Formats: sequence, C-alpha cells, structure tokens
Amino acid sequence: MNRTVDVLVVGAGPAGLAAAARLAAAGAGRVEVLERELDAGGIPRHCARPGFGADARGRPLDGPGYARRSVRAALRAGATVRTGVSATGWAGPLTLDVTAPTGLERVRARAVVLATGARERPRSARLVPGSRPAGVLTTGELQRLVLRFGARPEHIGRRAVVVGGDPVARAAVRTLRAAGVEVVAVVTEHPARRTAFGAVPVLGGAVVSELLGRGRLTGVAVRSGAGRTTRHTLRCDTVVFTGDWIPDHELARACGLPLAPGTRGPATDSAFRTAAAGVFAVGNLLRGVEPAVVAAAEGRTVAAAVIGLLEGRPWPEGRVPVGVPAGSVGPLRWVTPGLLGPVAAPLLVRPERRLVRPVLTVTQDGAPLRRVRLNGALAPWRSVRLPPWWAHGVDLGGGPVVVGAEE
Amino acid sequence: MSVTRTGPLPAGADATYDVVVVGAGVVGSAIARTLARHPLRVALVEAANDVGDGTSKANTAILHTGFDALPGTLEARLVREGYHLLSAYAQETGIPVEPLGALLVAWDEQQRAALPRLAEKAQRNGHRTTGLLTAAELRSREPHLGPGALAALEVPGESVICPWTTTLAYATQAVRSGVDLHLDCRVEKVRPGDPYHRLVTRRGVLRTRHLVNACGLHADAFDALVGREDFTVTPRRGQLLVFDKFARDLVRHILLPVPGPLGKGVLIAPTVYGNVMLGPTAEDLDDKTATGTTAEGLAGLREQGGRILPALLDEEVTAVYAGLRAATGQEDYRIAAHPGLRYVTVGGIRSTGLTASLAIAEHVRGLLADCGLGLGPERPLARLRMPNLGEAFPRPYRDARLIARDPEFGAIVCHCERVTRGEIRAALTSTIPPGGLDGLRRRTRARGGRCQGHSCGAEVRALFEEHAEHREGTR
Repeated sequence: MNRTVDVLVVGAGPAGLAAAARLAAAGAGRVEVLERELDAGGIPRHCARPGFGADARGRPLDGPGYARRSVRAALRAGATVRTGVSATGWAGPLTLDVTAPTGLERVRARAVVLATGARERPRSARLVPGSRPAGVLTTGELQRLVLRFGARPEHIGRRAVVVGGDPVARAAVRTLRAAGVEVVAVVTEHPARRTAFGAVPVLGGAVVSELLGRGRLTGVAVRSGAGRTTRHTLRCDTVVFTGDWIPDHELARACGLPLAPGTRGPATDSAFRTAAAGVFAVGNLLRGVEPAVVAAAEGRTVAAAVIGLLEGRPWPEGRVPVGVPAGSVGPLRWVTPGLLGPVAAPLLVRPERRLVRPVLTVTQDGAPLRRVRLNGALAPWRSVRLPPWWAHGVDLGGGPVVVGAEE
Repeated sequence: MSVTRTGPLPAGADATYDVVVVGAGVVGSAIARTLARHPLRVALVEAANDVGDGTSKANTAILHTGFDALPGTLEARLVREGYHLLSAYAQETGIPVEPLGALLVAWDEQQRAALPRLAEKAQRNGHRTTGLLTAAELRSREPHLGPGALAALEVPGESVICPWTTTLAYATQAVRSGVDLHLDCRVEKVRPGDPYHRLVTRRGVLRTRHLVNACGLHADAFDALVGREDFTVTPRRGQLLVFDKFARDLVRHILLPVPGPLGKGVLIAPTVYGNVMLGPTAEDLDDKTATGTTAEGLAGLREQGGRILPALLDEEVTAVYAGLRAATGQEDYRIAAHPGLRYVTVGGIRSTGLTASLAIAEHVRGLLADCGLGLGPERPLARLRMPNLGEAFPRPYRDARLIARDPEFGAIVCHCERVTRGEIRAALTSTIPPGGLDGLRRRTRARGGRCQGHSCGAEVRALFEEHAEHREGTR
C-alpha cells in the first residue's frame, strides 16, 4: 500500500513527539509519527524519577508523566502517532518501507524527521572478554525488565555491579536498589566521584576486564590502579553496562547519510538538516545521550526548518563539516552540529575526560580561527554549549573545521 | 516420537532402543536423522538442554568444498560428499546457504608461492575450478582489502551456511520421523552387555542394542565409560568477533588465510545473517568448558582483521564468542566401529564436521550395519521446511501475504534482527522448543542483533515465559 504524508517523523520519543506537536500546530499538514514499540513516549517511559521538568502547574514530572504529556501534546496538536509500526528501510529519497501488524506500507513524505534515539553499547561492542552467562544487562534492558516484570531476582539478580560513571549509571543504581538488589560496586574508568552514588562503593580508574560464570554470572574481574595491573574479583550475579551511547543510526546510514566520526550520528547543521535534501535528524540520534528536555527542544527547533522546506525554501548547499580531530582519542569526544552553514549556530562540545580550564581551539584547513581558555572544569558526562560567535570567521567555501582542546 | 527435558525417562518396553546416539550436536543429530529412515527404535540423548549447544553452535559457519583437506583421508572424502549432501538438503529444507566462493589471499611472497600447490591439492581433492587471481583482479573483486595483498586463489563453491538451523533441522526431522530426543540427560555410566547396553543417566536408565558416541569434545570421556582409550580430545579454542551488518558491504567472498608454517591464521567471512565474522584464534587448552574470550585473543583478532580489511574496525562489534573444536592430535576424523561392543565412536570431528555431517551419518549407518544392526527397509522421512534466518532470503517482516494471514508476523519484537512475534511464537511451539533464551535466539535471531537485547530483551523474555507458563499449565 502506498501513501503520502507531509511530514513523517520516525521515533516517538521526546524529540520526535516535540517535533510532531510543533509541526502539526503550525499547520504543516498531515504529520505522522512512526513508533516501533507498542507505546509512544520513548526512553522516559522507563525512568520513574523526577528530573523531567514540570507540568503546567509547576509540579515536577517523572519520566512516565513526561512521556504521557509529550504524547498528549502531539495528538492534541493534530499529529498521528502510530505505535507497533517499524520503518524498515528506504524505497526512495523520501519514501520509507514500513512493517506493521496491519501489513506492509510504502509511505512517501515531503519531509522526513529521523528521531530514532540512541542505545547503550552492550558488553560485546565494548569487547569485554570472558564467558557469556545470563545476567549481563544494559540500563535500558534493566529498566524495561523491571517495568515489565517488577523486581524478580531471576531476571535482575541479587547482587549487581554497575559499570560506568555517567548520570545513567546513577539511574541504574537507583533502579537496582529500588528493586531490592544489592549494588556491590560502581566501576568507572574515570576518577571516582564517591558522592554521586550514595552508599555504594565506587571503584574509580577501574575497568571490568572479564565476566565469569557459566549459566548465570558469578562475578566480574576488575583491573585498577596505575596501568590497571591490580586484578580482583567482585562476586555478583548481575552486571549492568551503562552509558557508552551509540545513536540508533540504522535508517540514517541506510539513507547514505555521512556520520560525524565523534558521535556516530548523522551530521546536521544548526537547523538539523542532514546532507540529504528533505531529511532532518534530531534528538539523541545525533550523539547519544542528552536529557529528554534537550532532545525535545531540538524537536521544537527543527519545526521551523521543516516548514521552511514545505514552503519551498531551498536545501542549503556549501555547508562545512565540523568535528573533533580525527584519529586517536583526544581530549574531546564530539562536537555538534556537524555541519556549519550561513546561519551562526551554537556548538555543543563533549569532552572525553575531565578537563580543567582547557583552551578550546577552532581551526579550518590547519589555520587557527579562535583560541579561548574556558573557566572551570568540563566533565565527560555533560556537554558544554559554546555561543554562536565561536564559529565566526569560518569560510563556507573552505575545508573541514576542527574543534580541539589543550589542557 | 517425543522430546523430553525433565522427569524420568520412559521405562519398560519403551525404554529399549535399537540404537542410542549420545550427543545431539550437528553430527549426532545427523546420525539420528539418517537412522530414522529405517524402522528402528532410536533415541538421541543430550546432556545440555538443547540440540547443537556445544561445538556446533559456535563455529565458523562455512560449508566447505573440502578443497584443502589432506587427500586420501576419511575427512577429505566425507567433507567432499557431505558438501553435496548438505547443499541439496539445505535447498530442500530451507536452511540458508550463500555460495559466495572463497579467496585465499596471499600477503607475502611465501604465501603467493604456496598458491599453485594449493590449487594442485584442490585438484587431487576433486576440485578443478580453482583459479589464480593477480593483485589487480583480486582488488577488483574485493576493493576494501588492505594494502599488500599480492594474489589469491579463488575457490568457487565455498559457502556460508546457518549452523543453528542445520542441527535443528536434522533433530527436528529425526523426532518427527519417530526418534526420541532426551535433553538434559547426561549419561553418567555405561554398563555394556548382551543383548543390551544399559546407559545410566541422571533421569534413569536406557537400554539399547547399539550405541553411537557423538559426544564431540567429550568423545574420549565417553569412550572411557565403555572401556576404550583410543585417543584424547584436546579442546582447541577459537575466539570470534561478529561485526555489525553495516560491515557486510565491505566483503563479498569468504576470505581465507593461506595456511603456512605459522598456523592457519584468521578468516573473514560474511554470515548468512548479514554480518561479518572475523576469526578464529587457535589455542590448545585443557579445559573443555573454557568457552570464554580473552583480552589478548580479541586484540589479536582485531589486529589481524585490520590488516586484511581495515575498514572493518570502524564498525561496531555485535557479538563476541568462543567455540571449542575437538582436536585429537591426528589430521583426520577418529571414526571407529567396535563390532564386539556394537558400538561406534565418532570422534575428532573438527571444524569441517558441519559440512561433513550428512556423509558422516551415512558412514556411521554402514558401520552400524557392520556391527550387526539389522537396518530393515528404507522409508521416507517426515517432510520438513525450516524457518528462514538468512538475510538473503525472504523474511516474514517483508511478507505481505503472510502478515495478512497472521498479523503477528507484522509485529516486530526484536528490531535489530527484525524478528516478529509470529516467528517467536512459532519457535516456542515447534517440534523441539527452545530450552532458554539462547536457544530461542538460535531459532529466530531474537536478541542476537546489535543491541543484544537492550530494546527487546524484556519483551522477548516475556513471550518466552508466558509460553513456558502456558506449557506448564496444560501439562
């Protein structure tokens, strides 16, 4: 079956729903959101904790509340939200193949907004050696298990080790403890921040070097200390690998969109236009994790550019790629947006590790454009937002722009 | 016909078999299937809770032509015959196979000099279609190869195959044709006797006139149970990396190393699931349960893989695993009949065992007849069509007519591998239902994709448990 809509949004998480709500309200025509899961709302559905802004009366929202509100807002604005519907590939530049229990469809759109989100790298992608027992989870799977089954030790164990130091590691610890699971330790390769995890011991500067046990996990080997030469074993029946985000970029790559090397998400300009005319990308698809409210703000921002396209504004050309230095791991992990156009844009910069008063640099074709010392410290679990003037002076006919850092 | 996992084994007259095959790997299952063509009472007995749960599940998944076997060996003959038998069987039953052809890539002068000798050896093994490729020809066939590839030997016919479906197909067809499959049923003692051997298992005693040892890594230990000590199995570990489907476009053939004095080296091959595999390592161990991976092993694979196909390392790794093959210190299979004991040992079946499985089964059938087993007339096996797990063949999520008939086949549960609820339900209600989530993965690919269950793990588990509860309830 072939159909045509005005805007097709892929993914009903915070970014996709916010984009759909704003677009439908702005009269963009038929706005349809595809969600492969059975419920719309995205990751916040699994996060039963405050920290998702406040409702109209100022009461703090938890994740599920925020998700419900986002879905309602999109529907009320007139968008269609279809759940249990998977976009499986492209049949043309702006045409997606779709599988649903109701059958196969080929949906054509005047504009496509990709908002497919991100996932945590599982143990295999992190190349953690050892056996392959049950009890090895990501935060996402842990939260879904608890939501689906409640606290059942056969699923989530009795003694857990959490790997990672980001806020999502805190979320994993919270979920485990709320479910009555003893958290033996948090293992993070970054220097320990003991305060972040309450009573749970934090092993900083340490890595999980091997998983042990057959059938069920019986423990993890940890290396720590200088050169990570000290090895010891933590006894546990569950290990949760947290953070280490990778965009769910399957549709973006299938579309042939170039990825920004640092983020592994599709490169966009400040209006979230990708390299392919008519295709936009927003939210955590761009770089892994930012809070839901940041993703939603991007969803709202993209609406203006989508409407511009629908009204006939041409797709910009002559945009310059911007990124962190290629090759080995440097002090910066990524910078977005990955394309700079004529409209000045703020830059979001994510350090690889803690940086104290670093000097940030912008160069194009090897020529320095800017050097500024930042006050304070940058943390690897938080992005720094640089104002639009950071990119002034970039030659739109020139080569790639590189953002670097010196300590 | 029955499949049991728990409870006591069938007792009385039902518990007397003509043949018991111990070990439900690819070889044991193939033997049981072949015996099912005769009016015999056959049981297939397995210590694990699923078929194909040992060496068979973790191999390189290649259907070999046998071009590089040691000419004149039993292995060479059975691989050559097995290649044709399994190719035809796969066609008939829907086991995914892709005949990509192999390239043996020479990276130095010594390896280049070895290629003509390998072509000659292939010829002696009955393969006359190999051809030598120059560096330029090689480059046009495989544009993503790393710098330094000098030449290659092309071996048409080398194929990739789904190892999981193969074992499951044999066992399923055997069961549907009347074989009893007893899982979770480790044989702890054997009391040889006449006319019956008695097999003492954790779940009771089985009586059988004839006995087949298809215990893979444990073939020597089982031999010892019947009082034979002909060889020792040394587990040789192979660690493997499976790369994301986005790597699939980087490689078009099975890229084999040129065997040399420094060992066999690693290969890079597409999988029928649309991934790219890199491996295996070769480490001789003592521990037959050491299926773990090691930091050194994985680092070494990445280093070697990066030289062969540099762009591979930029792709995500989907899975990491290790398998153990049964090395016996001899460059051949160790298949031996002991007519006095009415006993056949099928040992030393190395990585070629998947390819050779059907020919091994034929060979063993002959040996059992030599041991005095009256086979009786032949009869047709139950018909079989396996669900397709191969990426190159139609999958349910794209089948409009199937979805129209049953909307569950349009409900994708595992998004990375696009496994539908219909497929999961079908696996859970199949002739040999999976004993756990890993077994379900080998039947459907669910939880086997790039997110490894991050998105679908809870839902897949829910389907599995709902079904298990339902089964408990109806028993």
